[in-house]
Amino acid sequence: MSLTNKVTAEDVLRISGVDASRCMQCGKCSGACPNYDEMDLHPHQFAALLRKGEVERLMESNALYQCLSCFACSQRCPRNVEPAKIIEAVRLTVIRQKGRNYMTADRLPEKLDEDLPQQALVSAMRKYSK
Amino acid sequence: MQKIGVFVCWCGSNIAATVDVKAVAQALKNEAGVVFSTDYQYMCSENGQAMIRQAIKEHQLTGIVVCSCSPRMHEATFRKTAVSAGLNPYMVEIANIREQCSWIHKDIAEGTEKAIVLARAAVAKLHKNAPLTAGTSPVTKRALVIGGGIAGIQTALDVADAGFEVDIVEKSPTIGGRMAQLDKTFPTLDCSACILTPKMVEAAQHEKINIISYAELESLSGFVGNFTATIRKKARFIDEDKCSGCGVCTEKCPSRKGLDEFNMKLNKRGAVYIPFAQAIPNVAVIDAEQCLHFRTGKCGLCQKNCSAGAIDFEQKDQLIERKYGAIVVATGFKPIDASAFNEYAYNDSPDVVTSLEFERIMNAAGPTKGQLIRPSDLKHPHEIVVIQCVGSRCTEDKEKGKPYCSKICCMYTAKHAMLVREKYPDVKVHVFYIDARTPGKNFDEFYRRAVEQYDVDYIKGMVGKVAVEGDKLHVQGSDLLNGEQVHINADMVVLATAIEPDPTARSLGTMLTASMDTNDFFTEAHPKLRPVESPPAGIFLSGVAQGPKDIPETVAQAGAAAAKVIGLLCKNELTCNACVAQTNEAICNGCSQCEKVCPYGAITYEDKEIRSPEFRGIRRIATVNEAICQGCGACTVTCPSGAMDLKGFTNSQIMSEVDAICR
Amino acid sequence: MSMNQEWTPKIVAFCCNWCSYAGADLAGSGRMNYPANVKIIRIPCSCRLNPMFVLRAFQRGADGVILCGCHPGDCHYSTGNYYARRRMTVLFSLLDYMGIERGRTRVEWVSAAEGAKFAATMNDFVKTITELGENKKLGDLRCKK
Repeated sequence: MSLTNKVTAEDVLRISGVDASRCMQCGKCSGACPNYDEMDLHPHQFAALLRKGEVERLMESNALYQCLSCFACSQRCPRNVEPAKIIEAVRLTVIRQKGRNYMTADRLPEKLDEDLPQQALVSAMRKYSK
Repeated sequence: MQKIGVFVCWCGSNIAATVDVKAVAQALKNEAGVVFSTDYQYMCSENGQAMIRQAIKEHQLTGIVVCSCSPRMHEATFRKTAVSAGLNPYMVEIANIREQCSWIHKDIAEGTEKAIVLARAAVAKLHKNAPLTAGTSPVTKRALVIGGGIAGIQTALDVADAGFEVDIVEKSPTIGGRMAQLDKTFPTLDCSACILTPKMVEAAQHEKINIISYAELESLSGFVGNFTATIRKKARFIDEDKCSGCGVCTEKCPSRKGLDEFNMKLNKRGAVYIPFAQAIPNVAVIDAEQCLHFRTGKCGLCQKNCSAGAIDFEQKDQLIERKYGAIVVATGFKPIDASAFNEYAYNDSPDVVTSLEFERIMNAAGPTKGQLIRPSDLKHPHEIVVIQCVGSRCTEDKEKGKPYCSKICCMYTAKHAMLVREKYPDVKVHVFYIDARTPGKNFDEFYRRAVEQYDVDYIKGMVGKVAVEGDKLHVQGSDLLNGEQVHINADMVVLATAIEPDPTARSLGTMLTASMDTNDFFTEAHPKLRPVESPPAGIFLSGVAQGPKDIPETVAQAGAAAAKVIGLLCKNELTCNACVAQTNEAICNGCSQCEKVCPYGAITYEDKEIRSPEFRGIRRIATVNEAICQGCGACTVTCPSGAMDLKGFTNSQIMSEVDAICR
Repeated sequence: MSMNQEWTPKIVAFCCNWCSYAGADLAGSGRMNYPANVKIIRIPCSCRLNPMFVLRAFQRGADGVILCGCHPGDCHYSTGNYYARRRMTVLFSLLDYMGIERGRTRVEWVSAAEGAKFAATMNDFVKTITELGENKKLGDLRCKK
């Protein structure tokens, strides 16, 4: 389903509380990312694209749901940009839109796995739906 | 009552076209105190000046007002004219009726009216003027250089060559500084010791240079031309005059626990040691914390074996007091502490080293005799990763990193990579960089040579983490240009750490009242026009103490600082600024407010006997050192009792101008 | 000036010797016009401006007072303009408290290269003061002839 509400870079900056202009594109965040290969956009690109105002590209990104929220990128950033917060904010703007819940209760059974802690599913519900 | 002469200049038609100069001269005749008023085509011409001189003598004028161009243009000219007619130069006031009147207005009535007001303001100010004399102070013809690295050595040599005595105070046992620790220098790859040690010898042998090693500045008082320094020469427990530097004591010493500072603590040294073979002075030093004699009262092997009898366990710190005319700060830098960077496993593996440690490993006189081997198992590495900007350009945490670019890392990294590839073509070198900054003569060519000729693998991106995996270091970083994450199993990791000012800089800055920035680099008196001077007169800056620099820049700046020192020392006396602050002792209550705002440390306090109608007795009074005061006036406004005033721009002078303008 | 003439504002400009006074000179060399109501007083540094001088000017009938100094960081004496900035902030809030229009006072940083900025600033300031009208609150009538 397409995006219903227009989201601007200002919205994301406001929700995340991040100052993307401080980013110097050193790539330390992406160098630290443990799930890099699963993501189509990487932490440093979130800062760069946000700076260019290309929020829609970020919102369509698969990386929003591959990010582990481990905050390694934020922790390593030498300039306090905190890419994890940007990803979080973009994800929020997406799932807040109509019909854009990424995780719904009816999808839970297929995800059930003996090795998967149930807490992970609970937190995924929290993270990926309104 | 003053007898004032007013001289209105036409400046050809520059003023006369929009100001009725005759009307101005006429109007000023009616001002109180004006006994003579005239106009002339060109006041600054020889005829015009003659007219002024004649009027001063004829009418016995006590002061003159010249209505002409900006005082920035001809104030000095008219002051000289006044002096030649026997008047005090500070009894001259200029009314700026060209730049600030005739040139900006078109209407003659408007221009004339404004010119009259400006002239009246100048007359009103002049009524309150008093003759001023600039003081003088003598100059001690000796310079003190703090720091004996390449910056300090170069400044000392240049000053001494000009014929002035120079003392170098060095806190470590030898001069030479950081440059002595380096292997090769970029971009020419010539050996650092080969170009530095001759300079060290030259300094040691120079009859005008006195090296005080293992010593620190304890206190400083005085002002430009007249500093008094107290220097603490730490006890090295060796008689410098007797020690021949033979090194027998260093071999006999049974203690092997001290960490070799010169080799970045990569190996151990004895309790008695000579930092390196070419040390100057070539004299041993005893580390009292490691020495068995000091710890247990026994041993004394060095003493028994010293044929010169130079070992002196009774030696005490020595205080040297000496006068100087100029002080040069050349305190240099140190690499930042890399142990804050846990993500790079600096604390976890001895094979993660800083660049300066790597420099020692590559150095033929270093702990490995120049063999490239890993500190952990002494094996030859096959894959090395260099991480740039470790702690540089980091605004996140002040304790961990530095917000500035350290400037030299890009180049020394290229140098390291090239040296490794040259000596060991089997070793792969990867360099993670954010930007390769190479603005210098032959710098970019050098960097490109590393890439093109030596096939160094430059990866644009940063390392996110280094993990110890067996005897390998797993390096995970991003390659931004190829859009991928890279994983390298390296044998060694080199951290190109940021540099920071020497830890002694902050306390030294306080002692010298020299200003510093938030990173503890000394700030210059003017960022563009006075780059080697500190704001307080007589303090000069040399080398990295002022900001990150490479060797050629340091040497250039050291020479510039020397030129400034020579310019100061070759004067017999200094003429002070006449427009300086002055305390009204009858009102001053010694509250210390003025001292706090003075950017030059020109204000001190003394107990003085006061005999005023309101108070008789001893009271603490602010006194201004006229040799230091630059006349900004910050103290005059901050003074709560109005006791502080600025000569030449007194409260009553400025107030009179205000009144005249608003009349 | 007699009372029956049309009112024009009186403006006192305090300029620091190193930057703004030179900027004013540059405005002159560049023949950039600004009203003749502006009269400049040269002070060594913006930090020499005692708030008392500002009050004195108003008392004696000035309608506006402006202080021009070096840009922050460019002070010839390193820190003078920072002192000036703080002092004027305090003074302006005092004037505010007293009910004096904020527009009557101003601090502007003008470098020695900014002749055009100096002229533009003065034009703008004179315009503001003209709109505000005569300074009646602080002027001391006893000082008027």
